[in-house]
Parts: sequence; C-alpha cells; structure tokens
Amino acid sequence: MSDTTLASAAERRKLVRAGLGRRHLTERLFRGFGILAIVLALGFVGILFTDVLRKGIPAFMQSNVHLAVTYDPELLKIDPAPEQAAGQSDADFRAARLAWERKVAMLNWNNVIEAALRKAAPEGFEIDARQILTITETDARHRVRERFAADPSLLGQTIEIDLLASANTDNWVKGNIDRNLGDAQQQLSAPARALIDIFEENGTITQGFAWSLFTNVDSRSAPASAGLLGALMGTFWMMLIVIVLAVPLGVGSAIYLEEFAPKSRITDIIEVNINNLAAVPSIVFGLLGAAVFINWFRLPLSAPLAGGLVLTLMTLPTIIIATRAALKGVSPALRQAALGMGASKTQMVFHHVLPVTFPSILTATIIGVAQAMGETAPLLLIGMNAFVAAVPATPIDQATALPVQIFLWQGNENRNFFEPRTSAAIMVLLAFMITLNAIAIFLRSRLEKRA
Amino acid sequence: MDLLANKTKPPVTKPLNAPLDPLDMLEPNIRLTARDVTVHYGAKQALHGISIDIPDRAVTAFIGPSGCGKSTFLRCINRMNDTIEGAKVGGRIELDGQDIYAPDLDVVELRARVGMVFQKPNPFPKSIYDNVAYGPRIHGLARSKADLDEIVVSSLRKAGLFEEVKDRLNEPGTGLSGGQQQRLCIARAIAVGPEVILMDEPCSALDPIATAIIEELIDELRTNYTIVIVTHSMQQAARVSQKTAFFHLGNLIEQGDTEEIFTNPVNKQTQDYIMGRIG
Repeated sequence: MSDTTLASAAERRKLVRAGLGRRHLTERLFRGFGILAIVLALGFVGILFTDVLRKGIPAFMQSNVHLAVTYDPELLKIDPAPEQAAGQSDADFRAARLAWERKVAMLNWNNVIEAALRKAAPEGFEIDARQILTITETDARHRVRERFAADPSLLGQTIEIDLLASANTDNWVKGNIDRNLGDAQQQLSAPARALIDIFEENGTITQGFAWSLFTNVDSRSAPASAGLLGALMGTFWMMLIVIVLAVPLGVGSAIYLEEFAPKSRITDIIEVNINNLAAVPSIVFGLLGAAVFINWFRLPLSAPLAGGLVLTLMTLPTIIIATRAALKGVSPALRQAALGMGASKTQMVFHHVLPVTFPSILTATIIGVAQAMGETAPLLLIGMNAFVAAVPATPIDQATALPVQIFLWQGNENRNFFEPRTSAAIMVLLAFMITLNAIAIFLRSRLEKRA
Repeated sequence: MDLLANKTKPPVTKPLNAPLDPLDMLEPNIRLTARDVTVHYGAKQALHGISIDIPDRAVTAFIGPSGCGKSTFLRCINRMNDTIEGAKVGGRIELDGQDIYAPDLDVVELRARVGMVFQKPNPFPKSIYDNVAYGPRIHGLARSKADLDEIVVSSLRKAGLFEEVKDRLNEPGTGLSGGQQQRLCIARAIAVGPEVILMDEPCSALDPIATAIIEELIDELRTNYTIVIVTHSMQQAARVSQKTAFFHLGNLIEQGDTEEIFTNPVNKQTQDYIMGRIG
C-alpha cells in the first residue's frame, strides 16, 4: 500500500501545484471584493457625515441683535407700577396691580423695539416700521416685555439686551440667500437688507452660540427661536419608559425561555414568533399602538407614555433575542458546577449565569434603547408629529420626540433657515446615539476585563 | 499477565506490630445500591440494567472505553442527568436505603449529600474564598462569618490547597493552575460536607504531576468519604481504587475488588480491555 502512495507522490505534487494558481486567484479576488465593499460602505458613511456636518454646524451659531432698549413711558403710554398707598386695603392694591399687569401685556412693545433699532441705525436712514421690525425675530417683544414685567422699575431706563435676529436676517447674514436675486424674490425689503449689512458692520448684529437650540421649544411664528428642548424631554420620557419596561420584561422573558421553559411545541412557536417580531416594520408597531394604546386604553394622543409603550414593544424582541444569545453562550461547565454544588436552578441563573452574561445583556440593552431612540415611523401614527410648543412635564403631557422633530423641521417651508437647523438636530440625535454606543462599548470592555 | 504486573498496586503490607485498624476488619458498609438502572437519551439506550453496590469509605473506580456509559451512570447518582434534555432514568438507586429517584426527594438536598467533581476544572469566576464558601452559603451551613471562614480554611486544607493559596484567597479561582483549580473544585465539593463524592475523570485535563497530587488526595479523602471515580486510565484505577467496575457498551461487564479485576479478570472483554486490546 505504501508503495503506490510513494510512486504517485511526485504526480500528486504536480496536481496540487496545478491547482494552486487558481486557488490563490480566488483568494485575492475575495479579498479585493471585501476591501471594495468596506471602502464603499465607509465612503457612504463619510458622505453622510460630511453633508450633515457641513449643513448643520452653521446652525449652531445664531445672529443676535444687540440693542439698547429704552422703556420710554411716552412711547409705552404706561404709568409706573402702582404702589400700595397708606390706608389702601390689600385687596384693592392687588386689584390695581392686576389691572396694571394686564395693561403691560396689552401694550405695543414693538414700539420700543422699533425705537431701539432706529437708534442703532445711522441718522436719517429711511425705512418704515413694518420693514425695520422684520430684522428682529417676532419673539423680541416678549423678551422685552418679560424683562419689564420682572422689574417694573425699568420704566424710563435704558438696558442693553440681546435679541434674536429673525430667520430671514440670519439667512441674509450667513449668505443662505442669493444676494443678486431681485426684490420680488427676497423675503426682506431692500432697506431692511441694507440696514442689516450696516448693523453687521457696526457690531449691532453679532454671531453667538445658538443656546436657543437647547433652551427653547419648537416655534413656528418665531422660527429663529425654535429649539429642541421639548423634543429632548419627550425623548427622555420615552426612553425612561422603554428602560423601565423593556429591560426587565425582555431580560425576564429571555431568562424564562432559555433557562426554565420546557422545550415544547409551544415554546418553539414562541421562539419563532419573537424572531419574526424583530423583523416587523416599525410602522406596524405604530398602528398597533394607535389601535391598542390610543383607541382601546384611551391613553392621551401625542403623549410620551403611548410612544414609550410602542417603542417598548418594538425593543422587546431585540432585547430578548440578544439576551437569549448571551445566555446560550454560557459554558455548560459553569451550569454543571453550580448544579453539582446543589444550587437550585434559580440560584444557578442568578448567582452564576447572569453575572457572567451581564456585560452582553447590558450592551444589547443599550443598543436596543438607542435603536428605539431613533425610531420615527411608529411615533407618527400615535400623533407625536403634532406641533407642540411646550416642555412635557410628565409622560402624559403632549410632546414630540427628537427624530420626529427632525422630520417636522425637514418639512418646514422656510427651507433656507430650517435645512441647517434640521442637520443640527440630526447632529444632536447622532451625538446621543454615538454616546450611548460608546457607553455600551466602554462598559462591555470594562466589565469583561473584570470578570 | 506479565503486562499487568507493574500496573497493579502491590498488596498493602502492614508491619506486624501496626495498630489494628478497625476498618480493615469489617466488611465494608454498602452505601449506594443500584438495581437495574437504565438510561435513555431520547430513543437511544445508553445504559442497560446496571446493578452495583458501592461501599462506604472506599474508592470505587468505573473504567471502560469511551462511550461505555460509565460517566452516564456516575451522573445518575446525583441526578445530574435530570438536566439533560430527553434523558430518562429507569431502575432504582438507593443512598442509605433511600430511593434517590423518589418523587418526594429534593434534588438540591441530594446534591448536597452527593458532591461532584467534573472532568475539566470548573471553578466559578469568583474569588477562591467565594468558590469554597458558595456551597455552605446556599445550603445555610454557616451560622456566622467565623464559621464560614473555618469551613473554607478546613476544606482548602483537606484538599491540600490551603498552603498554596492562603495569601490570595480573594483572587479569582480561575487564575490558578489547572491542578490547583481541580483541587479548588474538590475543596468546594468538600465544603458542603457531602457523604459521597463523585469524580468524573478528574485528572484527564491535568499534567502527570498535578495528577499525582490529586491521586494522593483521593487516597486521603477515602478515610472520610465514599468516593466514586470515573477514569480512562487503568493505571489510575489500579492506583487509587479498592473496587473497580468495568463498563462496556452500556453494560456493566464485571465488578469486584480492584486487585481481582486487574490480576484475575473473569470476563473475556475485561481481560481484553485491561490488556489494551479494546478501548
């Protein structure tokens, strides 16, 4: 027998060598395809990020109009706040004070703003009142009034105040508008545009970090003041609900299915269905939420509670599947060691299996939650795309969410102004995602090192 | 038979003036009795009617080629087969006359009485101290921290590991060498105060020196425990056991005193296995 193998050894070597070239070629080809795929994928990611950053970064700067506003009693036509006279009863004083406050709210505050703008403008600059007021955002009068209401002694005094420039002013300053377009296509009148340029030169209009993006709620009447605070809080409430509900439910069901449930036809069906649920389009969960949570349970529309519940349903399969995979990966030796010591099944799971799988479960959970945070479609179906200009104080208040806010801004008709703002919101959302994923990676490596 | 000469343990020769050991004069107590034990894994029958008596304070070795059912039978004794999906055990196994498959018997209590050491050292990914303390903790054996400390130290001592690890009881048990890990597992099993210790090829993952240490340890432990050991190595069976049972294809072929089995096997298959013709 050894004779025949020896005799054909040279021949076999030749056969092997003949095939070598083709084998190496296949290998090189596959490696090439792999590299090409990665380059393409990274390229697209790169394009996405450059585009978002290029558009979004300018939106983190806002144009402020620095004005010296005089609370001129003649312009305002208001008396000083009433003081409690000797002998005047408390009730009478309060009635007088209320009447005065009501009057303050009804005053035409635009007058003082117009005066302040004119003061900042060169002497004799010709522009009418309507046009000059397009330079500041429409919420300027509220800012000026708030200052006065808080401190009535300002009457007759002059204060320096930073007001938001209007969205159109901001566009003009940042060059988002083609300056060569004719008057008919311009949002701002010619004198207003000229005055803005003068203001920019003399330092009345300056650029500053757009804090309003984080401290204000959405706004349509004063687009330059539109911010993300409401959406951030809405997302916060929803994530809280997802974490509180989806994590214990998901991990609990995974533990039961993996460790305790008898292997039977029923558990097989459950397993298949959980896997299918993970692949169900998220908008279907939105329909389910509208039908069950809104129509049946009568939960409030647009509330983070309903949104959180829908996202919980959506995240559950992800967490269950990942947790089960982690539990499956625990070596049987550890289980046997625990059982052999006389640990009950529950003790085995909670003393030994869960601590070892904790890092994986945590990572899976964080990634599941991050995924839920970016979900938009199901929220549209339960009314979270409503325009809400308030910060939700509780999960049952009306609210919107970060991705939905992006969706809303992206559809805003003031394209020049909201395109950068949409990108800025996308950057905020991406920052949250990246932070969550970084935490997941950090905790994982940290906990695994310790284990 | 010449081949066997150096494989068997020389008969214990005690000096004539040695004090009489009462254990030597008594017929060993039977601790475990198995009658007609069968195991099915699904449709496949792994054990065909095993009947054996296992004596107290002695080492009983199960030998036989791979897949002969010796580990399966061992795992019946503390009902570890319960954890395998589709495993069905028939027949009767009694520990001190009590049926361990009786419906009212608590598996957790049984496993506290019948400890187990596995083929591959499998310490918990916890500190050395916690590894040993785990059993007493879950079974509520220690009334105080001092009690627990004492159990841990004495268990580590009995397992011959204390001197090596006394300065690093808080370090992870998984950081020890293979042989030390296995002794840690033995200490862990002893800590619960079991009556029977089952060992499933405890040295198969160890080097010869670690093996020798474990074998010495088994020999010492035999004075206090009933030990059942499954082994691939006939030399090991010859070195550490007093009783030997030979399994083949799910049948118990022959059982008896180790010396008898190794020097004078009755059955042809046993003879072939011991001579190295099957296995």
